[in-house]
Amino acid sequence: MNPPASAALAAKDFKSDYKPIWCPGCGDYSVLSSVTKALAALGLRPENVAVVSGIGCSSRIPAYTTCYGFHGVHGRSLAAATGLKVARPDLTVLVASGDGDGYSIGGNHFLHACRRNVDLTYIVMDNHVYGMTKGQASPTTEPDWDSKLSPGGSGVREFHPLVIALASGANFVARAFSGDPNGTAAILAEAVRHPGFSFVEVLSPCVTFRPDQRAWKERAHPAPVAPTDDPARAARRIMTDDGFNIGVLYKGNRKPYRGAVPATSTVAELGRRFELQGG
Amino acid sequence: MHPGHGSVSVALAGSGGAGVMTAGNMLLEAAAQAGYYSLMTRTSGPQIRGGEAAAMVRVCSFPTDAQDDRFAVLAAIDWQNIGRFAAEIPLDSSSLLIGDPAQGDPPELFLKSGARYLPLPLKALAKQIEGGWPNMVALGVLAGLMRLPAQAVERAVARSMKKGREAGINAARLGMAQAAAREDFPLPPPPPKTVRWLITGNEAAGLGALRGGVRFVAAYPITPATELLEYMAPALAKLGGTLVQAEDELASINMILGASYGGAPALTATSGPGLSLMIEALGLGVTAEIPVVVVDVMRTGPSTGIATKSEQADLNIALYGLHGDAPHVVVAPNSLADCLGATEWAVHLAESLQVPAIVLSDQYFGQARAVVDVPVFQDRVVARLTAKNGAAYKRYALTESGVSPMALPGTPGLAYTADGLEHNERGIPSSQASDHLAQMDKRARKLAQLDPGENWASQEGGCDGEGDIAVLTFGSCTGPVREGIARARADGVAARLVSLRLLSPAQPERLKQALAGVKRVLVVEQNHSGQFLRYLRGEYDLPGEVASLRRPGPLPFRPDEIYRRLLELGRK
Repeated sequence: MNPPASAALAAKDFKSDYKPIWCPGCGDYSVLSSVTKALAALGLRPENVAVVSGIGCSSRIPAYTTCYGFHGVHGRSLAAATGLKVARPDLTVLVASGDGDGYSIGGNHFLHACRRNVDLTYIVMDNHVYGMTKGQASPTTEPDWDSKLSPGGSGVREFHPLVIALASGANFVARAFSGDPNGTAAILAEAVRHPGFSFVEVLSPCVTFRPDQRAWKERAHPAPVAPTDDPARAARRIMTDDGFNIGVLYKGNRKPYRGAVPATSTVAELGRRFELQGG
Repeated sequence: MHPGHGSVSVALAGSGGAGVMTAGNMLLEAAAQAGYYSLMTRTSGPQIRGGEAAAMVRVCSFPTDAQDDRFAVLAAIDWQNIGRFAAEIPLDSSSLLIGDPAQGDPPELFLKSGARYLPLPLKALAKQIEGGWPNMVALGVLAGLMRLPAQAVERAVARSMKKGREAGINAARLGMAQAAAREDFPLPPPPPKTVRWLITGNEAAGLGALRGGVRFVAAYPITPATELLEYMAPALAKLGGTLVQAEDELASINMILGASYGGAPALTATSGPGLSLMIEALGLGVTAEIPVVVVDVMRTGPSTGIATKSEQADLNIALYGLHGDAPHVVVAPNSLADCLGATEWAVHLAESLQVPAIVLSDQYFGQARAVVDVPVFQDRVVARLTAKNGAAYKRYALTESGVSPMALPGTPGLAYTADGLEHNERGIPSSQASDHLAQMDKRARKLAQLDPGENWASQEGGCDGEGDIAVLTFGSCTGPVREGIARARADGVAARLVSLRLLSPAQPERLKQALAGVKRVLVVEQNHSGQFLRYLRGEYDLPGEVASLRRPGPLPFRPDEIYRRLLELGRK
C-alpha cells in the first residue's frame, strides 16, 4: 500500500482505506486531514511515524492513517508514547487524545509528560464532552451543561489545559480549530518540528452531543500576537483570552528528555561483579 | 553445640544508625572468605530512618536460602523495640543472648525462650579503640563464636570499609577476643572451593532481565522492588538502555508496552499494589500481543499490608487478575539465585510468545543477600519473531503456533495498529463473533503449544518410585521444604519435592508424571487462603490424600515444620 521510498508523498498517502466510525460532521475528520497534510508537508514516510492513542472518539485516529498505530487503554496514550519514543528516538511520535481521555483519566500523565519533555507531539481533540459513551460532562465541559449523568450541570469548573501545560513545562503550546484544516496542519507541522513536548489543543466540535458547538466557526479567530518564549507572558495571555485564540501561543527552549547513551559495558561484565574474589 | 544442621545462624539487632546491616553484610562476606555459603535476611521496623532492624545471617556448608529453625546467637547493640522481632528470631535454651548491660536487660520475649544471657559491654569495648564502633565489636563476637578464621573477618572488614578500616579491624579483633574465652558455636568444615556469587534476589532478577535482553525499564518506586530498579538504572545505562522513572504504575506498564511495541524488550518491577494498577494494561499486552515482563516482588497484602515483609499472596491476581480470557505467562523463581534464571526465562517466554509474563519473586528473595553457586543461566533466549516484508501483511495471522510475525515501526509497507479492541488478522477492529473466537483460539494456542522442557519445575527425589509422599510448593517456600525433606529422609521418611516454576500455562501432564506413585501430597505455601492449593485443585488432578501447610507472611517456614509434618504423614 505504501508508495516507493523515493516518491514525494501527498496527504492521501497517509490516509488508510479504513472507514472512520465518527458521526457525519464530526470535527475529528478535519483533524485527521490536518494530520495527514502535516506529515506530507514534513516530508515524512508513514513507516517512520507512529500515532499513539487511548480510548474515545478521537483515539480511533491511528488506524485511519497509514502510519504505525497504537490504540491502547483509556488515558494512557502519553505513557505508551513516552516508552516508544525513548526506546525508538528515530521515530516521529504523535499522540492523539480527547478531553476525557487526556484531561480526566489521563490527567496525571499529562502533567508528567509536560515535565518530562520527551520529543512528542500531543494532539488533544477537545469537544467538551464524552462522545463515545454518548454525552457526559468532561473536564472541559461548562459547569451548567445539562446531561443525563449530571442533571442541571456538573457544577464543576472547567479544566484549563493550556495553562496546565505551560505550568507543567510543555515546550510548545498551541490552540487549533478543526474548522481550519490548513491552519491546523501548519500548527501540527510546527509542533512536530519543535523539539521536546509539543501540546496542540484542537477545538473539534461534537455535532451529535454538542450541536451548540457549530457556533465555534464564528468564534474562532487567529491569535492577535506572535508566540512568545516567556511562559509567564504566555500564561497571562491564555488565561485572559476568550478561549478561541487560534495559533502557536508558546515556544520554549527547554532541553528535551535525555535518553539512552551508547553502551560502555557488556552483560557478562556486569555479571562478573557478583563473582566472589579471594576466599 | 547448637543443632545447626551443618550451619550456624546468628542475628544482630539494633536501632537505626547502629550499623547492624553493615556488620551483617561483613559477616556474610567473612563467611564467604572462609569458604562457606551464607545467607543474610533482614527485618526492620516501619520507620524510614532510625528504626530498629535485625540482620539474620546463616553460615552453612551447603547452599541454601532457607532460614534455620533456631538462632544460635542473638546479639543486640541495644534493645529498643527489638522485642517486636521475637517471632522472626526464634531462640531456644541452647541459644545465647548477647547484649550491652548499659542498654538494660533483654526483652522478656527473648528471655522466656530459655536462652542464656551474656552481658557484654559492646559500647565500652568499642571505646577502647579510637574510632571503634559497637557494631564492629559485635561482628567480631559473632564471627569469633562461630570460630571463623580471623583472617577472613579482617579481609571482609578491609574490603567493605574505605574509611576507618584500621579501627574497624581492631574493633572486630577485640570482639573475637571476647568470644575466644566463651563456649563456641563452631561451624562444620567448609565445603570444597568452587566459584560462587554474592548477590541479592533483586539484583539477580535485574541481571536476569538484562541477560534476557531487556533494555527498557519504566517503573515507580515501591518496597520491596526498589532495589531491583536501583540496580538496573545504572546497569541499563552501561548497556545503552534506559530506565524511566514513571509517575505511577499505570504509566510504568504502558511505557513498557510502548517501548516493546517499538521493538525493545521491556520490563517493569513492582509489588502487589503496583501490580493491581497494571492489570488493565496487561490485558492490552495480551490482546495486542506485545511482550512485556512484570516482576512482582511480593509483599504482605492486601492493600498496603506490611510493605517490608514477605508473603506469597499475589498468586491469584497474577494468574486470574486480568479481565476477559487473557492467557499469559506466570513464572516463579524457586531460589534466590533462580531470580536470575527465572527472570531471564520470563523474558524469553514473553518475547518468543509475544505475551506478557509475570515473575513472582518476593521480599524474602528480593532483599536477602547470599553466597550462592553461579546461577544457572537460560541457555537459549529466542528473539521475537519479526516481520521484514511481504504484501498484505497480517499482524495477527492465524498461524499454527499462534505466534505471528510482528512488524516493528520503521519497517516499510507493514504498518498496522496495535489495538486493545478485538481485531481481525490484519489488526482491524472487529466485533464479529468469528474474529473474536479465532483470535482467542490463537492467543490460547501460543501458550498451549509451549514446551517448557525441564524448566517447568524443580523435581527432587522420587527416583525409582521412592516414597509415596510428594511436597508441592513454589517460590521462597522451596528452600525450607528441601531442607525439611532431607531431614525426614535421614529419619527414614522419603518424600519427593516438586517446586513449580511455570505457574501459567499449567502443565498437568508433566505434574501427573512427576507424581506417579504418590499417595499423599503436602502443599506448602505462604498465604492465608491457600491460593496455591486452590490453583492446583483447579488446574491439576492431585493423587490420593492432599494436605495443606500454609500461613500468611511474614514468618517464613522453617525446615523443622516441614520435617515434622512429613514424619506425621510418613507414620500414617
